[in-house]
Amino acid sequence: MKKVYSKIESIVGNVITVKAQDVAYGELAQVKTRFGVSLAEVIRLDNENVSMQVFAGGRGISTGDEVQFLGHPMQVSFSENLKGRIFNGAGIPRDNGPELHENLITIGGPSVNPSKRIIPREMIRTGIPMIDLFNTLVKSQKLPIFSISGEPYNQLLARIAMQAEVDLIILGGMGLKYDDYLIFKETLEQGGALQKTVMFVHTAADPVVECLMVPDISLAVAERFALQNLNVLVLLTDMTNFSDALKEIAITQEQVPSNRGYPGDLYSQLAARYEKAVDFSDSGSITILAVTTMPGDDVTHPVPDNTGYITEGQFYLKGGRIEPFGSLSRLKQQVNGKTRADHRAVMDGMIKLFAAYRDTLEKKAMGFQMSAWDQKLLKYGELFEKEMMDLSVNIPLEAALDKGWEILASCFEPQETGLQTKLIEQFWPKKVS
Amino acid sequence: MVTTKGIVTGVNGNMVTVKVDGVVSLNEVAYIHNGEKRLKAEVIRIRGDIVQTQVFEITKGIKVGMDVSFTGEMLAVELGPGLLSKIYDGLQNPLPEVAAKTGYFLEPGVYLDALPRTVTWDWTPIAKPGDTVTRGDYLGSVPEAGFVHKIMVPFTLYGTYTVKSVKEPGAYTVDTQIAVLVDAQGNEVPVTMFFEWPVKRAIDCYTERLKPTEPLITKSRIIDTFFPVAKGGTFCIPGPFGAGKTVLQQTTSRYADVDIVIVAACGERAGEVVETLVEFPELIDPRTGRSLMERTIIVCNTSSMPVAAREASVYTAVTMAEYYRQMGYDVLLLADSTSRWAQAMREMSGRLEEIPGEEAFPAYLESVIANFYERAGLVRLKDGKKGSVTIGGTVSPAGGNFEEPVTQATLKVVGCFLGLSRERSDARKYPAIHPLESWSKYRGVLPTEHVAWAHRFLERSAEVSQMMKVVGEEGTSLEDFVLYLKGELLDAVYLQQNSFDPVDAAVKPERQHFMFRLMVKILGGNQTFSDKEDARGWFNKLRQMILDMNSQEWKSDQFNETSAAVEAYIQERTKNMSAHGTKILEAMERA
Ligand SMILES: Nc1ncnc2c1ncn2[C@@H]1O[C@H](COP(=O)(O)OP(=O)(O)OP(=O)(O)O)[C@@H](O)[C@H]1O
Ligand SMILES: [Mg+2]
Repeated sequence: MKKVYSKIESIVGNVITVKAQDVAYGELAQVKTRFGVSLAEVIRLDNENVSMQVFAGGRGISTGDEVQFLGHPMQVSFSENLKGRIFNGAGIPRDNGPELHENLITIGGPSVNPSKRIIPREMIRTGIPMIDLFNTLVKSQKLPIFSISGEPYNQLLARIAMQAEVDLIILGGMGLKYDDYLIFKETLEQGGALQKTVMFVHTAADPVVECLMVPDISLAVAERFALQNLNVLVLLTDMTNFSDALKEIAITQEQVPSNRGYPGDLYSQLAARYEKAVDFSDSGSITILAVTTMPGDDVTHPVPDNTGYITEGQFYLKGGRIEPFGSLSRLKQQVNGKTRADHRAVMDGMIKLFAAYRDTLEKKAMGFQMSAWDQKLLKYGELFEKEMMDLSVNIPLEAALDKGWEILASCFEPQETGLQTKLIEQFWPKKVS
Repeated sequence: MVTTKGIVTGVNGNMVTVKVDGVVSLNEVAYIHNGEKRLKAEVIRIRGDIVQTQVFEITKGIKVGMDVSFTGEMLAVELGPGLLSKIYDGLQNPLPEVAAKTGYFLEPGVYLDALPRTVTWDWTPIAKPGDTVTRGDYLGSVPEAGFVHKIMVPFTLYGTYTVKSVKEPGAYTVDTQIAVLVDAQGNEVPVTMFFEWPVKRAIDCYTERLKPTEPLITKSRIIDTFFPVAKGGTFCIPGPFGAGKTVLQQTTSRYADVDIVIVAACGERAGEVVETLVEFPELIDPRTGRSLMERTIIVCNTSSMPVAAREASVYTAVTMAEYYRQMGYDVLLLADSTSRWAQAMREMSGRLEEIPGEEAFPAYLESVIANFYERAGLVRLKDGKKGSVTIGGTVSPAGGNFEEPVTQATLKVVGCFLGLSRERSDARKYPAIHPLESWSKYRGVLPTEHVAWAHRFLERSAEVSQMMKVVGEEGTSLEDFVLYLKGELLDAVYLQQNSFDPVDAAVKPERQHFMFRLMVKILGGNQTFSDKEDARGWFNKLRQMILDMNSQEWKSDQFNETSAAVEAYIQERTKNMSAHGTKILEAMERA
């Protein structure tokens, strides 16, 4: 049995310090307080002083509480039994199921050797035209949804999870509102997908340190399943809460902030998680879809900004729709050349015309004259918003492409679209109603 | 020599504090003994017998009391034949070989030879017994991927030596002794085909540094014509996320007219490196007829790899660049992104509890950046030949705002600034280099005055465009409107370039000359238009024709046909040429 330390030297925020020997950096400890037992992780060693971050927080800890080191870093049980279960950020069941102890794996493991990676090659279908047609999601991609709070981003995430053809869904909830947690649970239940889902949920009411564990624990489990040949979709919502947890802890530790209070290593912290997205050449894959709420709809805020520098594009959710501008799937060109002959052309052509529509809207707002061409664009833009952008539209890529041609044909003459003659001959609808 | 030992007394992130029992030097390499594993670290601060090190690995599992051994050597890389086409991490660990050993994941504490010890090289001696040599002198050569790889007197051998013996021609491995030198005291010094050099020291075996004058052709029109890069010069590419920094570097690494390219993927996405890894072996380098990979070295310390090694990676890369420069080659180093390296410094500075500067970057940020770019240069070697290292770094400014410490410190030292703008990348105007904000101090493929004249059209066009936003097209004069259209045309067909089109992706200087002359005829011409619609229509058609031409093979029948049609189309509308335009055309004819 490991030694018990019963004198806590200092308690600052969520960090406690004891004098102890033979403790490893990153090791886990148990802290017994009168509110129960909490885990704590060693975050600093200074001679015999061992500082650790208490998962349940520093509140209520007394200097006389007992600390016992466990001799291993943070671990999670990995087995088939995880499927259909719900845990908190410390890996403790949130449902009424049993605690799992078999086959413990360490979280936050080393990164994949870049020379073992392969070029992403498979599309993930979502049934959402703004994704499938215009910014195709690709297996092993890491992509956040940038959104202001109040947008239905969790509904969107749940819907993509339901429709995406993946073997396993892992939901990592950080600072999740209880209602949103229920949205996920219900959507997955109704879709009969609960059995292929594992949830690690930290809610807004839980201690902040546990929030920090959620991405690592979710991704460690995802990695193991991916190595067992499963295609895993990891949903992380909301990474801004994760970043705020980092900020809170950095500030209590008196670290010098770099930008609006966030620590200087925010980029590395986020990258360490997002870079877990991978396609193992002879096994499964991890795709990461995250939510990044943007305080004040400001993309230059440190969290969306650092995220944009890490991820392979972003979906920009605004006014309940995925905006064509500001949204980008950087991997789309890896797959959209192999779907249908008109995919790329329709994608480019429709977006160019939509950009022209937005210009026309601006001109209109300034009170400038509307030409015949402007009128056509106005009609087009409205149709595009209704038939393509509206999130209630749920059709396969091929149907979306057909719909695209229909919209074009109902607004323009073929040569006005800037599309290649060859494609027009093949795809332009024969009769327009 | 007594080697210094120590024990761990503290761990904070990737900083490990060690109490030592002897002599240590700054930047010395130490190993932390964690069970079977040896974790590499670098000394970054010394205070009495307390030494702070940055560990190039995950520090989880390290305990107070663990043993530390000091090597007495600074962080160094191996220099010798076999570097080309390799993929290294920031510490020059060969990643495919590491993968063969540890599989998918990068296990800490695995360090392999950077240069393969089993491959043999065809050695031809140059030096003869009795020759007097100093560091950097050529002892012999081996062929490496179509290059003549000079085997040099190790740069670490200061002083003068006499060659005692040189190995006869034959096929040898890098660790074979190929010569014996004798120093002034009569001590024999055996030499192999490779040696080590500390990465943070610039290689200085040359007679003089020269001013970079010759353009480094990137085959990107906007760069070579408007904002050129020079061989031995420096440039930076700042831009917000997604603006096209990486794509621009990838195309440059592919098409740049240099001998050797070193790509340092520093703290960015692993996936982007994979594209290079997969594509380069398939692409042919027109200069050598071999695959592009064979002229390339990749140093890759991507964002989830240990942060301290990220800092080392740019030095590892530049040291290998300098090494090939010593053989008389033109080497291009592309670092993506220097901001990640600066952030690695910031993290360490925070742990050292140094007084922070702006945005918590350390006060020495500027001098470190300046020192790094100083390692670029055109030099005259001892045999009179020239060699160069050109450095181009991307910068990832927070919020895309260039008023931040890394961008500002970089702008102070580089010779060319290629600023990418969100506005242009959103409008899909690639490469998204902003033509009104970027600048270069170097000379390009065209005379500077000619380019400045063309550039003024861009400025004036932008002014008219601004004005039009307020008064509308109705309130703009026909003359101003035409000026606006001229700027837009120059932008659309010359500045923008489709890097995914096989022809347009890379444009040789000859073709840039041709295109520029065409531009002069349009910009300097006075055309007759009845009204704005007429002008717009004319320019639209012209743009379409030139864009078609841009994707046609240079001097192909199709190209000749289109270009003749374009000339005729312009001719038909042009009343006369402006005096300045005529002058430029005449000068271009003469040249
Ligand atoms: N020259 C180009 N032609 C066409 N598309 C381009 C071009 N440059 C960039 N893009 C598009 O923009 C996307 C982002 O480009 P890139 O990865 O180079 O951005 P970046 O500036 O390096 O971003 P980050 O800072 O996040 O790494 C690409 O995936 C591609 O879709
Ligand atoms: Mg990039």
